Formats: sequence, structure tokens, C-alpha cells
Amino acid sequence: MRAELETDAVRTTTGPDRSRHPSLLRQALGWAGSSGWKHLLLIGFGLIMIYPLVWMLTRSFISNADIFNPDASPSFTLENYLTGWGSLRVTFGRFMLNSMVVALACIAGNLISCTLAAYAFARLQFRLRGPLFGLMMSTIMLPFHVTIVPQYIIFHQLGLIDTYVPLILPKFLAVEAFFVFLMVQFMRGLPTTLDDAAAIDGCGPFRTFWSVILPLCMPAIGVTAVFTFIWTWNDFFTPLLYLNSPDMYTVPMGLSAFQDSTGLRNYGALFAMSVLSLVPVFFVFLFAQRTLVQGIATTGLK
Amino acid sequence: MSLSPTRMRRTARTQPRGRPSRAAYVFLLPWFIGIIGITAVPMIASFYLSFTSYRLGGTPSWIGAANYERMITDSSFHAASLVTARYVFISVPLQLVFALAIALVLNRGVRGLPLYRSVYYLPSLLGGSVAVAVLWRQLFATDGLVPELAGRFGIQMGSWISDPQHALSTLMILNVWTFGSPMVIFLAGLRQIPTELLEAAAVDGAGRVRRFFSITVPLLSPVIFFNLVLQLIGSFQAFTGAYIVSSGSGGPANSTLFYTLYLFQAGFQKFEMGYASALAWVLFAVIGFFTALNFVGAKYWVHYES
Repeated sequence: MRAELETDAVRTTTGPDRSRHPSLLRQALGWAGSSGWKHLLLIGFGLIMIYPLVWMLTRSFISNADIFNPDASPSFTLENYLTGWGSLRVTFGRFMLNSMVVALACIAGNLISCTLAAYAFARLQFRLRGPLFGLMMSTIMLPFHVTIVPQYIIFHQLGLIDTYVPLILPKFLAVEAFFVFLMVQFMRGLPTTLDDAAAIDGCGPFRTFWSVILPLCMPAIGVTAVFTFIWTWNDFFTPLLYLNSPDMYTVPMGLSAFQDSTGLRNYGALFAMSVLSLVPVFFVFLFAQRTLVQGIATTGLK
Repeated sequence: MSLSPTRMRRTARTQPRGRPSRAAYVFLLPWFIGIIGITAVPMIASFYLSFTSYRLGGTPSWIGAANYERMITDSSFHAASLVTARYVFISVPLQLVFALAIALVLNRGVRGLPLYRSVYYLPSLLGGSVAVAVLWRQLFATDGLVPELAGRFGIQMGSWISDPQHALSTLMILNVWTFGSPMVIFLAGLRQIPTELLEAAAVDGAGRVRRFFSITVPLLSPVIFFNLVLQLIGSFQAFTGAYIVSSGSGGPANSTLFYTLYLFQAGFQKFEMGYASALAWVLFAVIGFFTALNFVGAKYWVHYES
């Protein structure tokens, strides 16, 4: 039932971006008519939305003693960043590095496994294609809680607790069916004459996949990479399950540990590290906006 | 969850030509290992474990439906279910109303649309992170931003985080704050509504409100439905905010004990893995029930163009 829902949403949202821009006349009328108050409203509301983030950012540059002293005239300082960075036994740089390693490995895993599976579903003919595609689609909405207990037991039995294997391995096995679906949708949009031409030129399915289809899938690959990065960077639940030693912590784990140890008494430093942890996501947001917006609009990713 | 007949027909139509290829199974190999090893086998195992008493390292002993019966009298389970239900059924509708309202304002050819869209979307990207949960805890703390602002308007308010009456509200506000992603989906849907229809209705004398309810809402209903199902499922599984705001306890007085947090405590802190599996299956059933209810209800209000 997910499938129907998906395609309907996709059907209604995949129209070209620029085709429906209102005419100049309409734009001018809109501007003159009601746009003044509208912009005021939108800007005001936007400021309220963003203000908590700005509040955290400014607090991170004010010394902890000044934060809650209304009489102090706060001055700019990097003190919070310095204390926060080394406040745990393991530095924050280590957490950032760990997170980066995990995120990059997850991106590689998702890109490899999901494009492979999607190519088979979208372009190849095989006997169980319909049922297997249905099976894949049905796993998209599966709450992962019904599998985590046995997964944990398996990884525990294999001695893989406190390693990155439980975080990364599932991505190499196309467990995030959402991305398979995204790629299938994209590949179906490519003309089948490409495959025919490649076949006439003597390409087998592997060569066709690698040299013809994959290079044309860059937009879908971009969406997958960007969302995998953001999700794994922010993921807290999986590392909380599997990682025990601070050396292995990812950024969210490090932040949580920091809050629980000293952070509540020194939230200048806690804010500073929180700001640092958001910087990579923010950069992805700045430089991959088009990809992000297209990705959500076509698939409903968060 | 089964596929609808329409979907199957659509799949059949787009089937690639050519003879069956055995290479397909090679391409599917990683996915195949995943669906069996990471999904199917653990799912079956978890169903079995839900009827056992099992602690990590021991052997599972069959106890029938005792885990499920235990929920009937487990007051923490009651608290967790209630907290989660309140969270989902209050914050999701609010979030969608915000998303639709802003999308409607943005849709009418506003200048600078990409900028507004980005600003409103940013919280959706950050909302699930520990950093924002940390920020949220401080926003509503005794000397945080919100009490400070309320104080300026002469309203005395203490820390909402340590007040069982209000702690959950802070997490609801956090969920509403991330209305950007459904908003982007609404915007994409609104763009598909033919302006000719709206203009024709206007010529026929339909006012703004009438046009909204008679044209925009029916044509947008598949997208509204899509967002509703998606946000509902996501919110049932919310975890990070509650964990960080309560330092993993679900307090004060179980007021932020999200269902998934309780499941985590049962399975991975007390290591009662049989009970945790049963909890997971109940969650699965509840999510499945509300999703199915949505689909049944959709027949009456979702309008598909054919």
C-alpha cells in the first residue's frame, strides 16, 4: 500500500520546476496588491523559527560566567570552544572524525547496494521481479524496532559490539529500501533505447549498468548521498545501541555524554560543541539545497 | 503490507523488454542478503522472542503470551503509550496545518520563494539531531530563552523541562518546528493544481475560502494524505528528543517516556529482550493499524484524478 501512495505523490510532484512560474503581469499585481504584509509576515515568522539557532550560536561565543549575568556586558570569546573541545577524556575532534568515517562508509554502502538493486528492478527482466519488488517496497515502512533486538543479539554473538560494523554493514546490504525505490523511479525515467543501443554495441548488463545507466543517474545518486550523510551524521539510536567506548563515539554520542557529565553546569561549552556538530549538516544544506528540495519533493524524505 | 492492484498493473506495464536475465540476481545479491539476514530472520526471531523470557547470553524460555499480558498491568507501559499518543495526535496535525498554511502563502508567486523555503526547511534537517535536542532543553530551562521572553511580557514561568505538566509540550513544539519537510511536499503538490481551474471558479464567483475547500483541498488531498501517513509513522518512532531532554530517563514522572524510549530501556538497559520484542510488535501493530485506518478513511476524502 505504500507503493500506491508513493507513486501518487511522485506523480503529482515531479513536474518540471520552472514550468509554472506565474506571468509577469500576475507577479506585478501580486507584488502591488498583498505582498507587503505577506513578506512582513513571512520574514517575522522566519525569524522566530531561526532565532533559537541564533541564540545558541551567540551564547556559544559568550563566556559561561556572562551568560546568566544580565548586568555583564558580554564580549566575544572562544573560551567555550576551547573548554568544550577537550572537556571529555576523548576530544571532540575524535568524535567528528569518527562520525565522518561512519558517514562516508554509509554513503559508499548505500550508493553501491542501492544502485545495484535498483538497476535489476528497473531495467532487467527476471522471473520473480514482481514479487521481489513488492517485498522491497513493503520494507520501506517497516518500523525498525521489530528487528533491532535480534539484530543486536546477532552482532553481539559475532563479537561486533563496539565496532562500526553494525552501523555500516546494513547500508552495504541495501536495507534502506527508500533509496532503492528512489533509484528505481529515476532509472525507469531513462529511455529503454539506451539499453538496446548498448546491447547492439555488445555490452552485457554489467557494462550497460556501469557505463550507460550509472552516469545518467547522478541526480538520484546526489540525493541518496546527501540524505545518507545527514541521517547518519544525526543518527543517535544506532550508536547508542552498539558503541560503548568513548574512543568510538560519534558526535551525537559525544554530545550526549558531554551533557550528562558536565554540560549542564557549563552550557557555554555545551552550546559550542552543539554548534560545531551542526556545521557539517549546515554546509550540506548550503551547497546541496537544490538536491535536497528535489529529493523531498519527489519522495517525501525528511 | 501488501501492494495495491493499481501498483501491480503499473509495474507490469513498465516491465523491461528482452529475455529473462540471470544477471539480475547478481545485481540483487547484496539486497537479498540484507532482506534475509537484516530484515526477515530478525523479524521472525523477534516474533518468537516476544513469547519468551530472554536475557542476553542466556537461552530463551517459552512463556506464552505472558509478555503481552504483562503490558496490561505495567504502569510504565501505560504511561509510555499515553505520552506517545498525545505526542503523535497533537503535534502531527499541528505540524501539517503549519506546513499547509505556509505553503499556501508561499505558493502565490511570492518573490524570494527559494530563500523562504530554505529558511523554513532548515529546522527539518537539524530537528532530529542531539544538538537541537540539547538546545531545546536549554530553551525551556529555568533561565532559558522562552522563560526570559515570557518574563518580559510579565508572564512568570518556570522550567518546562522539569515540570511533568509541560515537559511533553516542549517536544511537541520541537516536532511542529520541523514542519519544513511536509511544507516542501505541499508546495510541490500545490504547483500541480491548474491555475485555470482556480481562475474559472473565481470567474464563477467563488470566493477565496470556497476555492480553497472546493478546488485546492480535493486536488491536494493525495499529498495531504501522503504527508499525514509519513509524519504519523515517523512520530510514533520519535526517540532522540525525549532521550536527551530527560537524560534517558523519560522523566520527570514519566512525562517524556516515549514508547521507543521505554522499549530501549526494557531491551538494552534492563536487557529484558523478550519483553522488548513484545513491545516492538505492539508498536508495529499500532502503526499498522493507524496506517490502515488512514487508507480506509482515505476512500472518503482523498480524491485521485484518473
